[in-house]
Amino acid sequence: MNLMAPPLITGTSVRPGDRNFRLFTTGAGVAVLAVLAAIAAFLVWKSIPALQNNTGNIFTNEQWLPDADPPQWGIAVLIFGTIWTSVIAMTLAVPVGIGTALYITFYAPRRIARTLGFIVDLLAAVPSIIFGLWGLYYFMPEIVPTAQWLSTYLGWLPIFSNDLDLYTKSILIAGFVLAMMILPTVSAISREVFWQVPKGHIEASLALGATRWEMIRMAVLPFSKPGMISAAMLGLGRALGETIAVALILSAVFEINWQITEPGGNSIAANIALKWGEAADNGRSALIATGMVLFFITLVVNMTARWVVNRRRDFSGAN
Amino acid sequence: MRPRVTPRFAATRGFVVVLAATSVSLVACGDSTSVNPAIPAAEAAMAAGDITCIDGKIQAAGSSAQANAITEWVNVYQTACPQSTIDYQPVGSGAGVEAFLSAQTSFGGTDKPVVEEDLAAATDRCGGNPALNIPLVGGAIAVAYHLEGIEELTLDPATIAGIFSSDITRWNDPAIVALNSTVVLPDAAIAQFHRSDSSGTTANFSDYLESTAPNAWDYDTGKEWTAPGGQGAKGSDQVIASVAQTPNSIGYVELSYILDAINAKPVSIDQGAGPVLPTAENASVTLASSPTLNEDGNIILDIDYTTQVTGAYPISIVTYEIVCSAGLDARKNPELVAAFLAFAASDSGQKLLGDIGYVPLSGDLLTGVRQSVDTVLAGAVR
Repeated sequence: MNLMAPPLITGTSVRPGDRNFRLFTTGAGVAVLAVLAAIAAFLVWKSIPALQNNTGNIFTNEQWLPDADPPQWGIAVLIFGTIWTSVIAMTLAVPVGIGTALYITFYAPRRIARTLGFIVDLLAAVPSIIFGLWGLYYFMPEIVPTAQWLSTYLGWLPIFSNDLDLYTKSILIAGFVLAMMILPTVSAISREVFWQVPKGHIEASLALGATRWEMIRMAVLPFSKPGMISAAMLGLGRALGETIAVALILSAVFEINWQITEPGGNSIAANIALKWGEAADNGRSALIATGMVLFFITLVVNMTARWVVNRRRDFSGAN
Repeated sequence: MRPRVTPRFAATRGFVVVLAATSVSLVACGDSTSVNPAIPAAEAAMAAGDITCIDGKIQAAGSSAQANAITEWVNVYQTACPQSTIDYQPVGSGAGVEAFLSAQTSFGGTDKPVVEEDLAAATDRCGGNPALNIPLVGGAIAVAYHLEGIEELTLDPATIAGIFSSDITRWNDPAIVALNSTVVLPDAAIAQFHRSDSSGTTANFSDYLESTAPNAWDYDTGKEWTAPGGQGAKGSDQVIASVAQTPNSIGYVELSYILDAINAKPVSIDQGAGPVLPTAENASVTLASSPTLNEDGNIILDIDYTTQVTGAYPISIVTYEIVCSAGLDARKNPELVAAFLAFAASDSGQKLLGDIGYVPLSGDLLTGVRQSVDTVLAGAVR
């Protein structure tokens, strides 16, 4: 963060190579901040007109009519859908992703581990439109019986109940597809973190008679906690911002609905993709305003993650 | 420095991982309208004198509703005139009008005529010369249903509005049964599909419901779908795919999408003069009998949704090109714009529309359109 840190050794002559390299790295650091500031400024500037003439309450209005006269729109539905789909995706992807990473690192024979790791990484290279189309045309019909089962036997839980008797284009399906999309991120980073667990810790716990599960629970997981949080947060970032797969799968209605097996749901990024083409001036401005909100949500998520990681710093580092 | 723990002690207890190879099956989901090879049409149009070749390149953008029609015209025109390039990007009406107003394109395509402030801005863009809305592509919106074993289904405006506002939720609702006494309707929930993206098709469809069934439809009209319930799908292609995939479903799409759809069939609409199927001929009747407002070549059509003319399919639409009557800068090649519009408005040009699910213009409307195109032709010559 400190851009102009003093040189470590003072009083000696500075060589040109040192100076140039330091200028280069400082420039690279500044460039990232400048780009970020430029994006924030653009979002704020472009969203001002729509924010000013919005006659609905931006936080509570559940409509999207920014090009109507008078304009009426709000972000409640979009924020709800963005977070709700991501929560479901995280619930599914984080345990599986960490499980995959643990298996690859500690259980799998070497050859299988390498192949499996490669395959999981490959999942990250699949374009999101492919996930969207696959989810819409192949996965959705396959998951409908599961959704029906959930609502029949767990329907007493409000989130699984289904009043419409329709099970397609739901938040549950979007959550599943998002989970598959963030799985490689969670898994790959967790794997890197597990590899960094000091061999001494692992061998010590095994030497004390711990089973492999006890070793993982007592040596690996505590050491890796900050790393796993980072992995989950990077996955969450992708889930929050995912656009086209969500736009294809969700029913994208403007309605807050907790029932995850019913058609419904919407998200900030998907809404931008769906509305931009036909939006007039004010509509675009409103869409950019929602983009700004997503930008700040992501910022808060990342800062929280960093804070959590830093707070637990005593477990990590070179020990 | 990374201490790397090799899982040498891994395989003691048998852990079997079954890697379920996920089979990915993708259904092609592009436009369902195939654009035919255009060579014979190009020869015919050349022979009929409907194509005048102007060399060069123009860019245009706008409504995706008319994209297939423009593509067909471009194919025929470019086949006849190999030195010409016309690039139409289906970015949507809003973006298309904006691109035209900011002088990025030679003309724009739009579902709704450009009026008021935007029309004033368009006049500025044309160097003070009037900008014209020219209706060139007729179309229709079909209500598509998917019911096993039911080949014909008739609905009236109030029933359609009831279904799409989720007041009518089952197929054996008395209102639907009363209109279809000859078939047995299933006791099943209606899965209703609408557009999740902003769309001129939604705007026209909700306009239609508001004009014909004001008692059954009390939601906003416009490009956003505002009625409760139902499921959203992105684009007409996804709506028709969803209807085809979902038994007991219904949705609304542009006419061309239903022509070669599997499982989805068009609803006949009865407004008092008997059930009428959505076809190019039937929609053409509605367009020809609707009042037009023609101000010096700027033509705006007020479609008579409540039409009771025999054989008139009521949910008809028209999409416009927004063009400069004169004053388009030379870099945007006004001569080529004019020549292309003249071909589109000609007999050969309009005849092509009927084959690909659009609606040819006819009668006084077509005469008016040709006069507007003549104005553009005159304005392009300097």
